[in-house]
Amino acid sequence: MRRYSILSLARNALSHHQGWPRLWRSPEPRRAYEIVIVGGGGHGLATAYYLAKEHGIVDVAVLEKGWLGGGNTGRNTTIIRSNYLWDESAAIYEHALRLWEGLSADLNFNVMLSQRGVLNLAHTLHDLREGARRVHANRLNGIDAEWLTPAEVKAFCPIVNVARDARYPVLGATLQRRGGVARHDAVAWGYARAADARGVDIVQNCEVTGIEVSGGRVTGVRTTRGAIGARKVAIAAAGHTSVLAAMAGIRLPIQSHPLQALVSEPVKPVLDCVVMSNAVHVYVSQSDKGELVMGAGIDAYNSYGQRGSFHVIERQMAACLELFPIFGRMRMMRSWAGIVDVCPDASPIVSKTPIGGLYINGGWGTGGFKSTPGSGWVFAHTIARDEPHPLNAPFSLDRFATGALIDEHGAAAVAH
Amino acid sequence: MSGAFRLAAGGRIDRAAPLRFRFDGRPYEGLKGDTLASALLANGMHLVGRSLKYHRPRGIVAAGADEPNAIVQVGEGAWTQPNARATEVELYDGLVARNVTAWPGVGFDLGAAASLLSPLLVAGFYYKTFMAPGRWWRRLYEPALRRMAGLGRAPAAPDPDVYDKRHAHADVLVVGAGPAGLAAALAAARTGARVMLADEQAEFGGALLSEGDEIDGRPALEWVGRAAAELASLPEVVPLPRATVFGYYDHNYLAIAERRADHLGPGAPPGLARRRLWRVRARRVVLATGAHERPLVFADNDRPGVMLASAVRAYLNRYAVAPGRRAVVFTNNDDAYRTAFDLADAGIELAAVVDARSHPAGERVGEARRRGIEVLAGSALTGTRGRRRVAAVEVRRLDPGGSAVEGPARTLACDLVAVSGGWSPAVHLFSQSQGTLRFDEARACFVPDRAAQAVRPAGAANGTFTLAGCLAEGLAAGAAAARLAGFGDGTAPPAPLVRTARDGPIRPLWFVPSGRPAARDGGRHFVDLQADVTAADIRLAAREGLDSVEHVKRYTAAGMGTDQGKTANVNALALLSQAVGRPIAGTGTTTFRPPYTPVGFGLLAGRDRGELFDPVRVTPMHAWHVAHGAVFEDVGQWKRPLYYPRAGEDMAAAVARECRAARGGVAALDATTLGKIDIRGPDAAAFLDRVYTNAWARLGLGQCRYGMMCGQDGMVLDDGVTTRLAPDRFLMTTTTGNAARVLDWLEEWLQTEWPGLRVYCTSVTEQWATVAIVGPRAREVLGPLAPGLALDNEGFPFMTLREAEVAGIPARVFRISFTGELSFEVNVPAWHGLALWEAVMRAGEPFGITPYGTEAMHVLRAEKGFIIVGQETDGTVTPLDLGMDWIVSRTKDFIGKRSLLRPDASRPDRKQLVGLLPEDPGEVLPEGAQLVAARPARAIGLKAGRPIPMIGHVTSSYSSAALGRSFALALVKGGRGRIGATVYAPLVGRTLAARIVEPVFYDREGKRRNG
Ligand SMILES: Cc1cc2nc3c(=O)[nH]c(=O)nc-3n(C[C@H](O)[C@H](O)[C@H](O)COP(=O)(O)OP(=O)(O)OC[C@H]3O[C@@H](n4cnc5c(N)ncnc54)[C@H](O)[C@@H]3O)c2cc1C
Repeated sequence: MRRYSILSLARNALSHHQGWPRLWRSPEPRRAYEIVIVGGGGHGLATAYYLAKEHGIVDVAVLEKGWLGGGNTGRNTTIIRSNYLWDESAAIYEHALRLWEGLSADLNFNVMLSQRGVLNLAHTLHDLREGARRVHANRLNGIDAEWLTPAEVKAFCPIVNVARDARYPVLGATLQRRGGVARHDAVAWGYARAADARGVDIVQNCEVTGIEVSGGRVTGVRTTRGAIGARKVAIAAAGHTSVLAAMAGIRLPIQSHPLQALVSEPVKPVLDCVVMSNAVHVYVSQSDKGELVMGAGIDAYNSYGQRGSFHVIERQMAACLELFPIFGRMRMMRSWAGIVDVCPDASPIVSKTPIGGLYINGGWGTGGFKSTPGSGWVFAHTIARDEPHPLNAPFSLDRFATGALIDEHGAAAVAH
Repeated sequence: MSGAFRLAAGGRIDRAAPLRFRFDGRPYEGLKGDTLASALLANGMHLVGRSLKYHRPRGIVAAGADEPNAIVQVGEGAWTQPNARATEVELYDGLVARNVTAWPGVGFDLGAAASLLSPLLVAGFYYKTFMAPGRWWRRLYEPALRRMAGLGRAPAAPDPDVYDKRHAHADVLVVGAGPAGLAAALAAARTGARVMLADEQAEFGGALLSEGDEIDGRPALEWVGRAAAELASLPEVVPLPRATVFGYYDHNYLAIAERRADHLGPGAPPGLARRRLWRVRARRVVLATGAHERPLVFADNDRPGVMLASAVRAYLNRYAVAPGRRAVVFTNNDDAYRTAFDLADAGIELAAVVDARSHPAGERVGEARRRGIEVLAGSALTGTRGRRRVAAVEVRRLDPGGSAVEGPARTLACDLVAVSGGWSPAVHLFSQSQGTLRFDEARACFVPDRAAQAVRPAGAANGTFTLAGCLAEGLAAGAAAARLAGFGDGTAPPAPLVRTARDGPIRPLWFVPSGRPAARDGGRHFVDLQADVTAADIRLAAREGLDSVEHVKRYTAAGMGTDQGKTANVNALALLSQAVGRPIAGTGTTTFRPPYTPVGFGLLAGRDRGELFDPVRVTPMHAWHVAHGAVFEDVGQWKRPLYYPRAGEDMAAAVARECRAARGGVAALDATTLGKIDIRGPDAAAFLDRVYTNAWARLGLGQCRYGMMCGQDGMVLDDGVTTRLAPDRFLMTTTTGNAARVLDWLEEWLQTEWPGLRVYCTSVTEQWATVAIVGPRAREVLGPLAPGLALDNEGFPFMTLREAEVAGIPARVFRISFTGELSFEVNVPAWHGLALWEAVMRAGEPFGITPYGTEAMHVLRAEKGFIIVGQETDGTVTPLDLGMDWIVSRTKDFIGKRSLLRPDASRPDRKQLVGLLPEDPGEVLPEGAQLVAARPARAIGLKAGRPIPMIGHVTSSYSSAALGRSFALALVKGGRGRIGATVYAPLVGRTLAARIVEPVFYDREGKRRNG
């Protein structure tokens, strides 16, 4: 891998940037690999990278049906934080956050992690209790967490409306200063480049159409570019996790919904942190390009069509103006949707399956971007060792049978 | 005089109506009918901004929604509009606008220093550097990049304008009122169909407004006028000028943004909604959205004065503005010759027409030659010169393959370059509707292919570029759409007569070489002017393997500006195809997504702002609570009194007083907000048996029972008291916040799982008002109000219902208690609620009746160990965890039962409900505090650190007047086995200790409810 730096940039400028190599090769898929990863989103690519880096396994292919990062990785609002309520969640997201903190240097690719702080606003007495509970739990879990009064919220984010007579006034907020955002495409590209450099094959425009199972063990996949043998197959196909699992005869307790996001026209810096509110459904940040990046609500109906309903956007904007009345004359420039896989307890599945050599990483729902490095790291461990890492053991598939759920719905009700 | 460049005659401007405006602080004058762009051009202002990355001077390029450069901030203070396109801003008197990209001004711009770094600032440069150390990115590089980025400024004050929304149904919605759209609307409207015709421009006519075309031998605008008048006269037609159809959703649902006040400026009548959002469900849609002209990609093609050929015609013909004094036309097609003629007709000197085609032979080329216009065939512009505006261009011969230029350069002095690289149909909405596109090699453009909804494209939007073709296609599409919607027989009215010039073919030319070595050619060939993306950037992306259209877009940002690449996308795509050696057809386009042009947040929000953001629900007694100084809390949409402070009282004092009244005398609670669901039908009891964990079939008439329901996961979902009103009828109460959710839950089961059950659920929450009369003296208050009602324990036992008149109002009286005290909940039809409340307060006065709020209610119930769903439960708590084994039937089935049999449900270390008595009785534990088993060795701080294992958390915590101390409820792992043990709540800087006790603190025997 040719290393990137300000010097290499300057050197290449002299040769009119003719000398830059491909970020990753574009190989024809081989007939067989030790490990085939289905899905070239952040999670699949990170898994490949950590398989190579942490476990020395490079006989690996990542198969992507479209273009790398074209799924939710390239569609999400990139909020990163680790201040989850439950111990199991906190542990895996905090692990991810620590990996994020060194990721640009590790990948030699600037993923633009911007730890600008994530505010979660409280609007009701119930929110206050839940927020306090989460802050206390975070602190004992070793995660940075602060509680802000409305005045402190105003000081931290001057443009948020903390008026007492708002429909749902801001009563306080939790703040994780280490939370923030990153550049989503760069995460996919950076992982792809680094995995490729270690020998992983990254194959785009290669859709998996079937999973071969024989004698209770996986033997390979069928794809639009032919059959590919594999000793192990790892599914990281957010939005279509159940579709792929069904190819191996596994039924997952997952519901797939469209989730929309949008950006405004770019303006000069006005918002230097991430603001989230559950009661007034808003999550917003301002990108380095100057766009306000905003997530809307989930569509109620199940769908695989990557587009959502207009009324959800209308509602979203009403909520946005409730918190940021000064945005009234801002304009929505682009809107889009991704398909999110939601488990009954709103927690992911990173797990072995009843089929030998088949692994599933999915169900991250509306909030799995932040976990990308951690998810790839534990998934690589699970695949390489054929047993979960303690960090992902609680996120096993059989929890839906045992009842050991990690219910982030009811408890925190924080979606992203 | 409205500008030195205003032509003496023509145009659709009102020369008698001069308008003053300011740009970057300087005063100018324009005319009614001008856009800000045309008015600036009339004043000789081409330079209107600087480019984002390199700060190169940029001028007006287009005349409509496709403008990439002329982005301005219009208006001031709270009314300021960031990122308006000068080409779309209708001029009004007093308009104030500023450029958004240059400081201090467009002429002298400090940011221009950035252009020195331009060799480094290639696509994606930031991915390759600024990687370490981590904090520098956030502290140093990122803020610098952020300051460079962004166009206008967000207003600093709330938007003072209002926005409206309307729903509409149309048989035929025609989008675009150019010749094709007008023709379609006419054909459809004449059948009597309900037709809507929406166009983004201020007047109908589309391209005809800017051209000198003729229809039926008369100026085309006469035909436009007649068509518009006819449409306006038809009662079923809704003509919508200034209305941009920006989104095409499933099931022919389209969204339209109508501008109503912007063009009036400060003169707009007060109260007029600035904009209106139309949400239209259309049976059929005709897309006559026209086409966008493509620029040619040549060296230094971004200099002010380089404009689209069609835009030049628009400024000449529509606005009577000369965009220059001496022009060069650069084209690869015949259409741009019209610009040459219009320039010549306007008396503007024409240096030459530079035509990339070696042997252009269309009719117009012949005409040009006849008119003595110099045509430089087989030639191309290889560069431009000039500081703030083009002063000259360089022309060289283009080799037949188009990959090189040859021969000596000829320099033509000029201050205007009109370019045309062909046309791209505006397929945005068609594509949004999920229709597919196909690349048409002959016309060198993407055209609609297969429709996915009830839609038909017509005219230029369909790749039909002749006026005659547009009219014919529009008429046919309109008639067909009407027929499919049930009107007329589909016969298109006869098309008017239009002469069509015999045009020669276009020569696709995606990159114009400048004669430099290939490796170095392209760094100043701008593809996306707003995003400052060059041909070299596109090639770099391809070289680095980011060679799918989506990757190129994301890596270079081409097409991601506020114009969404209307002039850039197809060129970028073609350059990518060339770079990777793929045909354009195989490269595909990026996805077109709503909105077509940016849409205001305020418009999308409409009136759902402030108080109307979410409906405020108040009880019939609300005014009384307000008058008596209640402090309210939001519970769901409801406003509920939290407590009623008296003069000088703080919350703690008020709550303590309210609690004492309930325990020692009599108190009243407005309990109206609890959810009430009327459940009826022969299978009602069987249904309740399935949704509640306990048994209901044998509940007697007039009997009440507390019920608990679980989700499929066995976790507590809701609770409340349900009463049997009749053999086939129950009244269920739910928690306030969950009422709608529980009704949905019941309906979901009835409709999807048990359609065979004959049960009907009706929300009656708002039909009843409820007053709870609570306390040992409750009978003394209720007795005189309900003389006919026996109130003693035998006559009116606990957990029963009586119907009676209370204060002369027919009422349902429930003897139930959420406080442990004797209490009666009196329900009356909602409109009697206030009367009842006042009667109760009057009757209670001698006994010191005290209104109490939700906080006192919470304290009272917690003293009794009664849970609140959502406080003691959080979706992970079973009835057994709450110690309520008695409510879980072992004999019958119910939702969640199987989950309760899963191994995890009987794990010994599940969190269980317990009571806590803080070591310091004056210290109230914070709600939400986490509990640990042993006193931690060190205090915890705010920073990230090592985890400490937790065993539970405080769910409710109060100071109790009755107990004379603080107490709490908590969920603790294996809590029931830890009674008597001490646990610790580590807070920042200190740790509190508490003893685990049984979760019932008051009247454990339950005697007080009998009074
Ligand atoms: C609008 C929106 C906003 C969001 N906001 C946030 C946020 O702020 N913070 C956060 O943490 N998370 C957020 N998320 C969630 C987050 O985007 C996802 O959880 C995360 O990106 C999932 O990454 P992934 O790699 O698993 O999935 P993806 O990036 O979706 O990758 C899966 C890949 O699998 C491919 N694939 C599918 N089927 C096949 C097949 N048969 N063969 C081959 N390949 C296949 C897909 O093409 C896709 O590229 C958001 C999601 C959306 C949609």
